[in-house]
Amino acid sequence: MIAEAGHYALVLALGLALIQSIVPLIGARLRDDALMNVARSTALAQLLFVGASFVALVMLHVNSDFSVANVYENSHSMKPLLYKITGVWGNHEGSMLLWVSILALFGGLVAAFGNNLPLSLRAHVLAVQAWIASAFYLFILVTSNPFLRIANPPIEGRDLNPVLQDIGLAVHPPMLYLGYVGFSISFSFAIAALMEGRIDAAWARWVRPWTLVAWIFLTLGIAMGSYWAYYELGWGGWWFWDPVENASLMPWLAGTALLHSALVMEKRNALKVWTILLSILSFSLSLLGTFLVRSGVITSVHAFATDPTRGVFILLILCLFIGGSLSLFAGRATSLKQGGLFAPISREGALVLNNLLLTVACAVVLFGTLYPLAMEMLADFKMSVGAPFYNLTFAPLFALLLLAVPFGPMLAWKRGDLLGVTQRLLAAGIAGLVAVAIAWGWASGGATLAPLAIGLGVFVIAGAVTDLVERTGFVRLPFATVLHRARGLPRSAWGTAFAHAGLGVALIGIVCETTWNSEYIATMKQNEVAHIAGYDVKLDGLFQRQGPNYREMIAEFNVSRDGEALSVMTPSKRSFTTRGSSTTEAALLTRGASQLYISLGDATAEGAIAVRIYHKPLVLLIWWGPVLMALGGVLSLSDRRLRVGAPKPARAKQRLQPAE
Amino acid sequence: MTLWFVFALMTVAAIFAVLLPLGRSGRTRDQGSEVAVYKDQLAEIERDLATGLIAAPEAEAARVEISRRLLAASESSSELESDLRPNLKWRRAAAVLALVGLPIVAIGVYMPLGSPQLQDFPLAQRERGAGSGMARSLENLVVQVEQHLEKNPTDGRGWNVLAPVLQRLGRFDDAVRAYRNSLTYNGENAERRSDLGEAISAAAGGVVTAEAKIEFERAHALDADDPKANYFLGLAAEQDGRKDDAANIWRALLAKAPADAPWRPLVQSSLARVGGGGTMPALSDETVAASKDMAEGDRNAMVRGMVERLATRLKQNGDDVEGWLRLVRAYLVMGDRDKAMGASTDARQAVAKDAERLRLLNEGLKTLGLDG
Repeated sequence: MIAEAGHYALVLALGLALIQSIVPLIGARLRDDALMNVARSTALAQLLFVGASFVALVMLHVNSDFSVANVYENSHSMKPLLYKITGVWGNHEGSMLLWVSILALFGGLVAAFGNNLPLSLRAHVLAVQAWIASAFYLFILVTSNPFLRIANPPIEGRDLNPVLQDIGLAVHPPMLYLGYVGFSISFSFAIAALMEGRIDAAWARWVRPWTLVAWIFLTLGIAMGSYWAYYELGWGGWWFWDPVENASLMPWLAGTALLHSALVMEKRNALKVWTILLSILSFSLSLLGTFLVRSGVITSVHAFATDPTRGVFILLILCLFIGGSLSLFAGRATSLKQGGLFAPISREGALVLNNLLLTVACAVVLFGTLYPLAMEMLADFKMSVGAPFYNLTFAPLFALLLLAVPFGPMLAWKRGDLLGVTQRLLAAGIAGLVAVAIAWGWASGGATLAPLAIGLGVFVIAGAVTDLVERTGFVRLPFATVLHRARGLPRSAWGTAFAHAGLGVALIGIVCETTWNSEYIATMKQNEVAHIAGYDVKLDGLFQRQGPNYREMIAEFNVSRDGEALSVMTPSKRSFTTRGSSTTEAALLTRGASQLYISLGDATAEGAIAVRIYHKPLVLLIWWGPVLMALGGVLSLSDRRLRVGAPKPARAKQRLQPAE
Repeated sequence: MTLWFVFALMTVAAIFAVLLPLGRSGRTRDQGSEVAVYKDQLAEIERDLATGLIAAPEAEAARVEISRRLLAASESSSELESDLRPNLKWRRAAAVLALVGLPIVAIGVYMPLGSPQLQDFPLAQRERGAGSGMARSLENLVVQVEQHLEKNPTDGRGWNVLAPVLQRLGRFDDAVRAYRNSLTYNGENAERRSDLGEAISAAAGGVVTAEAKIEFERAHALDADDPKANYFLGLAAEQDGRKDDAANIWRALLAKAPADAPWRPLVQSSLARVGGGGTMPALSDETVAASKDMAEGDRNAMVRGMVERLATRLKQNGDDVEGWLRLVRAYLVMGDRDKAMGASTDARQAVAKDAERLRLLNEGLKTLGLDG
């Protein structure tokens, strides 16, 4: 009964979504408030039913009800409870159900907390949300239904892909989906604005926080995914420029641009049309990501199953929404009221530069992702676009962006003074140059560009600090006043500083890891000692152990430095009988921000084992950076004040001219 | 029946969600407007000014800008907000849509997809042994043994029991694994080696692969008289096209065999085939036992089916040089030279892009006597 009730709840959600996509629009046209308000109650009811459906699927997985095909294919009665739950979205059908559940959650939130929105805007937004929802409900019900039953239920399930049996699965997909789907809100707002033909201050006031929420989750989701790949796949790599990773990076780049342009729009009423376009692009790229990952066009750990009908269906959704929204944009954008004006050198100008660099970077990634696919399909020619391509294209763009980052927050709104800002950033610049010199002197070998990149990272961090120092008057004023001003400083200013500093932190981590990591790959026998980066790693022995649904071979290593014992590391290889496959569990030893990483290869007949040991200096900074960015986002989000950008007054001779 | 009652309740709740706002036509003014935002912004500037976050001239400039926008907004909004027009006709239409359309869509979509007649079947219920008569079937016993072995993988006796059952059920890949485990935990002997080899060749569709042959050779080294190892080594020789070798091995086997050995007829017929140019690669006695009640024609069909499956798999994934060679060899053994030629052409096309694979393939085909 749980299975069928969950199934029926999903069908009812489809019915409600269909009503929600039509009735409020008619209401908005006729200006009937009751019809417009239907959007609100149906959105909440939809959330209720999809939520029930999702809970039903979770219960089926927890109860190991193998009369449901989805549970049979992806669960096992002896799996630990956590993985029974996470296994719900560790497969195609379940993950799509999670996708629509989050979509319904966002729709429900707009319905519940959208009191301060104009009635017709809310009706339009929820109707657009319902179009997206209807398309995906249909997709789930027709091509990937998680509630299909097996008449003669097998006694045992086929287990979850062992690589996914990890705590990462509990965090990474929900975070990422909250990010992906969160952009649907700004998309719906953009389409609603285009349909209404007007875009006002209430619009911007609403879009920025939603975009920020999506961006925070996407940032954390990507970082978590990267860390997961780092410790689970056993190669110590954290980013592979794999199409699936790019699929999440592209919405992030577009979303970051959107975040900044929405800020300009809220504070200064400018860049309206551009913000709308970015909203459409961010969500379109999220859909593209869903398509790339879910259609089976790309085979990777993410492609749980491949089925051509699914691919065609998602492609259809993709064309419908991206094509439809872009043509609507082309047709209606000109009718929108243009907003405020600004000088090229101003805070707005800096944000436009940020937007340009981010969108070009995004286009580069898009090209690198789709070009090989197109070549394979059209010319039947397999190729891969990897790190060298991105190092040549993406890296310089980002370097330029990072160089500009400290300038942005220090420029005044409307018209800025570049020379003045440069003078104020002098200290940060010097800090960066000192870092370059130190890195150059200290490092032996490695890429020549590495010290420069470290200097850039330090410059970005120092720039963020300078901004805070300037605003609080840290050096000029007495300490008590500084404290008072720091407390009075809007949390959004702190957020900006944290997020920008996070970029610098991540950059330093990336450069240190890629330039100065050292590795030791060999076959080791018992009591053999490996020397790497000053550590002595001794293999103590190999043991077998039985886990709940796997058997594992553990190697025990004693790690010491200068004769002083530090820790015992126990990497292992797990073999899962049901799927007949195995995973490597790397062991990590964290020292400060650096890590020692041991991963096992195959054992030889003589009791020796292939071992990969890496020393990764400052590797953790790569993920602390994004966490810092997300923290900045949360700070900014918690700032409930309105955003007003006070313009710098024009000089006397310009005062008579109209400001906008 | 309870299920339908639950469905009905859920449907009613969904319809109610649509009808609720339609019934309430109040002048609910719970909506924001552009004007409100600008007023808030003006208040915000005053607060920023008071806390000293912005200087007085900047505050003044901002105030001027926002006031200008406020004026423009209040003009346009007064015409927009004032004219809410209740439309009873359309409200009724929406209510009908909810009352009739929603149940029709729900039932129309659910009926073809759902299985309302099926009960839930969670683990707890299954362990009580409830449910249909399937609880004690052979397959369930196998699953129970498998679960036991999952927890106690070093139980060699368990693997020993399980392996032949899996082989008989046709789960050859699992049988291979079970035999391997049996070898690991029970120790090596000729019988286990040759059983493993047999499972490997059964998984390969009846072809004695190089991997299987190694196992038979090991078994032979452990016990030169092991009948299964000898039989399959002969079969390997036959499939490699060395018919005389095959005949010699089998003749030696028969000479040493006790008169009442159950496998005597099989070896004899194989020997006859090599001598008289038979057409089929023989199956092992185990597999034959599994298909005992099949007619001769069915058995041939079974072998053909295995070869057919291999061919389909290769059509989908042509990278497997070893697989292609196996297929070509199978056709040759079945006496179908045309198909063998066709398969080798297909194979060359499939791996043409990879020079290393192509070289392996050509070498393999040469040893099969098919370099053309």
